[in-house]
Amino acid sequence: MANDKRPTIHFSDEQAQLLEVATSFAQDKFPLNKARARVAAKEDFDAAVWKEMASLGWLGVAIPEEFGGSGLSLAEVVTIVEPLGRALAGTPLVSTTLVAQALLKAGTRAQQAEWLPKICEGAVGALALIEPHGDWNLGHLTAKAERPGDLLVLSGTKTFVTDAASADLAIVSVAMDGAPALVLLDRQLLGAAKVEREIVIDETRRSYRVNLDGVTVPSDNLLDPSRTPDTLKNLDEAACLLLAAEMCGGASGVLVTIVEYLKTRKQFDRLIGSYQALKHPTVDALMAIDGARSHLYYAAGIFGDAVENEIAVRMAKALACDALAFASDRAIQFHGGFGFTYDCDAQLFRRRGIWCEAQHGDAAWQRKRLASLIL
Amino acid sequence: MSLDQKELDEFRAEVRAWFEENKPADPGFLLPQSFMEVGSDEQFTFLRDWQRKVYEAGYLGLAWPREYGGGGKPQILQDIATREMVRQKVPFLTNTIGLNWAGPLILHMGTEEQKKAYIPGILNADDIWCQGFSEPDHGSDLGNAQLKAERDGNEFVLNGSKIWTSLGKHAKYMILLARSNPSANSKYEGLSFFLVPMKIPGVEVVPIRKLTGEYGFNQTFFTDARVPESCLMGRENGGWQVAMATLAFERGAVGGQAGGHAMMSKDVSQVLALARAAQRNGRPAIEDPLVRDRLVQFIMEEKSFALNSARANIKPLVVEWPGSIAMSGKLAATEYQRRLNQFALSLQGANAAYYVGDPNAYERGQWQRSYFNSFSGTIGGGTSEIQHNIIGERVLGLPKG
Ligand SMILES: Cc1cc2nc3c(=O)[nH]c(=O)nc-3n(C[C@H](O)[C@H](O)[C@H](O)COP(=O)(O)OP(=O)(O)OC[C@H]3O[C@@H](n4cnc5c(N)ncnc54)[C@H](O)[C@@H]3O)c2cc1C
Repeated sequence: MANDKRPTIHFSDEQAQLLEVATSFAQDKFPLNKARARVAAKEDFDAAVWKEMASLGWLGVAIPEEFGGSGLSLAEVVTIVEPLGRALAGTPLVSTTLVAQALLKAGTRAQQAEWLPKICEGAVGALALIEPHGDWNLGHLTAKAERPGDLLVLSGTKTFVTDAASADLAIVSVAMDGAPALVLLDRQLLGAAKVEREIVIDETRRSYRVNLDGVTVPSDNLLDPSRTPDTLKNLDEAACLLLAAEMCGGASGVLVTIVEYLKTRKQFDRLIGSYQALKHPTVDALMAIDGARSHLYYAAGIFGDAVENEIAVRMAKALACDALAFASDRAIQFHGGFGFTYDCDAQLFRRRGIWCEAQHGDAAWQRKRLASLIL
Repeated sequence: MSLDQKELDEFRAEVRAWFEENKPADPGFLLPQSFMEVGSDEQFTFLRDWQRKVYEAGYLGLAWPREYGGGGKPQILQDIATREMVRQKVPFLTNTIGLNWAGPLILHMGTEEQKKAYIPGILNADDIWCQGFSEPDHGSDLGNAQLKAERDGNEFVLNGSKIWTSLGKHAKYMILLARSNPSANSKYEGLSFFLVPMKIPGVEVVPIRKLTGEYGFNQTFFTDARVPESCLMGRENGGWQVAMATLAFERGAVGGQAGGHAMMSKDVSQVLALARAAQRNGRPAIEDPLVRDRLVQFIMEEKSFALNSARANIKPLVVEWPGSIAMSGKLAATEYQRRLNQFALSLQGANAAYYVGDPNAYERGQWQRSYFNSFSGTIGGGTSEIQHNIIGERVLGLPKG
């Protein structure tokens, strides 16, 4: 649209540095065979690498200095998540970052003082926002908290809670007195819930179904109810931003996989990359990634802006969903019979894409939300 | 000279005011949407006068050297002026080939004499330029051009024809790619590049009717037309490199253009207005969920262009495929125009079937016309298919076909 001024992308020196460091870290620690090792691994995540990430200060990037973080913003987290996404790293970085954001938005002083420093040092956070009905509307809650006296009694089931078996804390959304509420569960309270491993499409993830029936929680564990609706909205938007980063990274990664194959595989005595039926869609993938990345870094740069925020992150997520879906779908096809195998990396990226689309809304969902925001 | 934000804002305000005041009134006839569609003398005269006025006001060629008629000012000022022209949807600047690729080429590699002789007339629209690249039998395969340029002493004799010559009827000069050595080792080595005067014996320009029913481009016939060797640009038989440099300017992959816009592109805000006016089931079309979904897609895509340009300037964000954004801009923008115009037709319901001339046609049938005209972008200047090849090969490093 014909605006007076062209939009600018705010990109900080810190972002530039982190992008560089995270890119080499990802290449170092997460070669693609690592993603395969993850698939087979028992543990929720690679604890040694997680420790290194904590010691690099990455878990506290968007946490204020008073709590042991570096006081930057999610824009800087994006520059870490994108290269890790490219390498298909399976780490609790996104969920832990979001848990910290929830505490910053709506946590009590006591909750913040207890948990934010621990997160900076490597405590793993899990988010329990999704329910068996699968609705992307985070306000659609059937899990409940009832308040007989000073305790909260929880009931209902949350799904797709990543790393729940090893998480140090989880933030759970429930309905309470007819409104949404967020409740903090520490390791011990989580242990009181029934936690069952789910079989999920992205095999680098460890995901759990958490049945809350009968879990009793001190009311101190409630996040500030007056700020909960805003916090849920903010969490949804922050998640869209970080998932868009993860998907842009994945799309760039799978594009390289395609290009390498097209430059080495021969049929009819010609490199298959010389065939336009393969070359042209590969260019389309590149252009889709270009657009998605530009939206991503725009959204990252303005994150926190009251008006533009939601529009920008939903656009970034919508385009990143499409870019990764297209690139990874074509990656399977362009590898021929090998593309149909478990051994071909294309499927890893396709699985990651579907996982990320399913989290916080796919492209069509984002566009529907956008329509009501901008039309 | 570096300018601070305040100076830039002041300049923007000045430019804005000037265009608001001087923007020409509706001439009462349909204007072309790009230089590729200038079909009648009245259209041409109107557009030439407009370019002259913009130049004289100081908003064109701002960053070109003073000694050749430019403004000698920083590029950013021209960018601001250009953006303002796009924003206010003023008519495009018709000497597009001169302003955007022949001119920059001459400034880039021409002799001092050539710069003095050609640049001022490009800016003030006295000298219109056209392009003689495509031939009836060789278009995408430009390197195969066969129009003959035979040396005769210190002259060249031209024979053959060029086709799809935009502005050919009005042009004083042509940039011409011709075969000067038919027996060279490869097709690329036998070509030379000329700056050819059009009003010489042996050059004939014949208009061609285009898909909209209007005139717009031409076929140019050369029959023993003689030009002096001083018309050569670059080396004799070194024309391919010059043509490639020209295309880099034409596709915007390299900067240095005089500025101003070359095309009256549609934008999604115009389609939003249409979606509010058009009807679906007795309601404004903009309430239809499927229409809304498409509109959001167009809005996101259009925003990508501006954001891509912004990102292209941030080094750490373009390390992997440098040049990707610059090289794909033409393809992205022209295909977008084609799809946007097509959607604008579908929004009109039954009325999509009207055409220019019917009093009931929505907005004088301009959407029907601009849909057809949008193919000028997806075909001219290297087709979308060729753009895909170029990006695949030069950006992604894929093997040639
Ligand atoms: C409005 C307009 C204005 C123009 N103005 C000028 C001008 O002023 N001066 C000038 O010199 N030229 C001009 N052109 C010509 C334009 O550059 C050519 O039309 C264009 O390069 C295509 O060449 P062609 O017409 O010979 O089509 P062809 O090359 O014959 O192409 C036919 C089809 O085959 C496809 N194709 C061809 N080769 C390949 C390949 N290798 N891989 C995949 N697909 C392929 C094309 O994409 C196209 O779809 C203009 C064209 C238009 C439409």
